[in-house]
Amino acid sequence: MVLTGLVVVYIGFLILTPLTALVTGAFREGLAASFYSLLQPNVLSAFGRTLFVCILVTALHAVFGMVVAWVLVRHEFPGKRLLDSLIDLPFAISPVVVGYMLLLLFGRRGLLAPILSAWDIQVAFALPGVILATLFVTFPFMVRELVPVLKEADRSQERAAATLGANGFQIFSRITFPAIRWGFFYGLTLTFARALGEFGAALVIGGGIQGRTETATIYIFHAMEERQYIGAYSAAVLLGLFSLLMVLSSEFLKRRHE
Amino acid sequence: MNSPGNPAFFNLSKTRPAASTGHLGLRSIALSYLLLLLIIPLVVIVRDGLREGLAELWRQITLPVAWSSIGLTLWTAVIMTLINAVMGTLTAYVLVRYNFPGKNILNTIVDIPLAIPSLVTGIMLVVLFGPQQALGAWLKDAYNISIIFAPPGIILALLFVTFPFVVRAVQPVLSGLDRAQEEAAATLGASGWTIFRKIILPPLLLPLTTGALLSFARSIGEFGAIVIVSGNIPFYTQTAAVYVFGEVESENRIGASAVSMAMIAIALGVVWLIKAIQERSRRVSI
Repeated sequence: MVLTGLVVVYIGFLILTPLTALVTGAFREGLAASFYSLLQPNVLSAFGRTLFVCILVTALHAVFGMVVAWVLVRHEFPGKRLLDSLIDLPFAISPVVVGYMLLLLFGRRGLLAPILSAWDIQVAFALPGVILATLFVTFPFMVRELVPVLKEADRSQERAAATLGANGFQIFSRITFPAIRWGFFYGLTLTFARALGEFGAALVIGGGIQGRTETATIYIFHAMEERQYIGAYSAAVLLGLFSLLMVLSSEFLKRRHE
Repeated sequence: MNSPGNPAFFNLSKTRPAASTGHLGLRSIALSYLLLLLIIPLVVIVRDGLREGLAELWRQITLPVAWSSIGLTLWTAVIMTLINAVMGTLTAYVLVRYNFPGKNILNTIVDIPLAIPSLVTGIMLVVLFGPQQALGAWLKDAYNISIIFAPPGIILALLFVTFPFVVRAVQPVLSGLDRAQEEAAATLGASGWTIFRKIILPPLLLPLTTGALLSFARSIGEFGAIVIVSGNIPFYTQTAAVYVFGEVESENRIGASAVSMAMIAIALGVVWLIKAIQERSRRVSI
C-alpha cells in the first residue's frame, strides 16, 4: 500500500503535474486566445511543414526500414553484427550533433559544398536538410520494431508458397507482410511521433528560418524566446496531444492484438 | 535426405539462383541506406575533429567552459540514473505485484514520456516551476530553491524523458519470475526486505543495469528539454549539447567538433557497455 502510494505520488509529480500545468497555462487567457494564436499564418505553416516532413520521413522509413530489417534478419554476411549495432547509433547521438554532422557535410563550407553549388542544390538552411536530420534521428524505430516480428514469423508457409510457384513479391505481400503488419504499423506510428517532436537536429541544419525551415517545435522555441507564452504553450499542447494520441492508440491496438 | 526425390531439395535447387541476385540487390540497398544516412556523417565529424590534430582536440575539450559543460552533463545524468533506477524498479514492482484500481491507467502513463516531444517536456517544466509561476515563485521565496535556470531543472527534465526505460526493462523479467522461492523464504521466516534483496533483486539486476545505462546514454545528448529549462548559463547550467549548439551558432567549428566527439564517445561507450553486459550474461546463463 505504501509502495503503491509512493509510485502514484512520484508519477503524479513527475509526469501528470507538468502535463496539467502546461494545459492550464495554454488556456489561462481563455480558449479563444489559444485558438487565435494557433490560427496565425506562420503557426499554420510551421505545423504544415512538420506534417509534410513527418509523412515523407515515415514513408521513406516504411520502405527502407523494411529492407534493412529484412536483410538483418534473413541474410547472413560478414559484418552483419557491426551493422546491427550501428542501427542504434542515432539513439545515442545528440540531435544537436546530428544537425552539426549534416552541416559539416552540406553547409556553406561543408564537404559537399562544391558539388551542391555546382548543381544548385540547397540542403542546409532548407527543407531537405530538415528532412535528412529527421531521417537520421528516426532511423532505429522502424527497424527495431520489425526485426523481432520478422524473426518470429513462421517461415514454413513461405516455403510452401514457394513450392507452389509463388514469386518473391507474392510471398512477401500475401504471407510475410500480413504476419508482421502489427509491428509494421506500430513502427510507423513511433517513427511519425518521433519525427513530430524532432527539434535539435532540425534547428541546427535548418536554421529555423520562418516561412522556410521553421517546423512546429522550432516555432514553439522561437515563441518562448519572444515571450509569446500563449502561442508557445498552445502549440506545445497541440503537438504533445497529437503525438500522445498517436502513440497511445497504436499501443492500445497492439495490446489488443496480442 | 538430400535425394532429388525430396521436395525440399527440389525447391531449394530451383529457387536459389533467382533468389541470390534479389538477395544482393536488397542487401546493397540496405547497406547504402545505412552508409549514406549513418556512417558518412559520423566519419565526417571525426575527420573534422581531428583536423588540427589530437593535441588541439584535447585542448578544445579541456577548455574551462567546454570541460565544465561536459562535467555538468555527466553529474546530472548520474543523479538522474540513480533516481530512475530506484523509482523505475519500484514502479515496475508495483505494476507487476499489486492490484489496485487505476493500475492500467498508471501502466499507460508510464509511456507518456516516450510520446511527448522533449521540447514540450521542457515547456511543461517551465510552466510549472518557472520563476514567474506560482509554484516556482513560492519555492524561491519560501525555501530559496530554484528549479528553472538551475541544475535541478535539468535533472527533472532528464527524469521525465527517461522514465520509461528502467520500468519497461524490469517489468517483463519481474512478471516472469517464479514465486515459489519467495514463498519458501517467507515460510522460513525471511522478512519482506530480505526476500526482496536475496531472491527478487538478483535476477532483476541485469535488466535494471541495462535500463539504467540506457537512460544514462539517452540523457548525455538531451537537448530540447534542457535548452528550455536550463537558461544556458556557462559554468552553471550549460550542458554539453547546449554548448555544442552555441559553438555551432558562433561558427567555432573546431570547438563544436571536439565536444561533439566527446559526447559521441561517451554515449557509444555506454551503448557498447550495455551490449557487453547483455552478451556476457547470455553466455553465463547458457
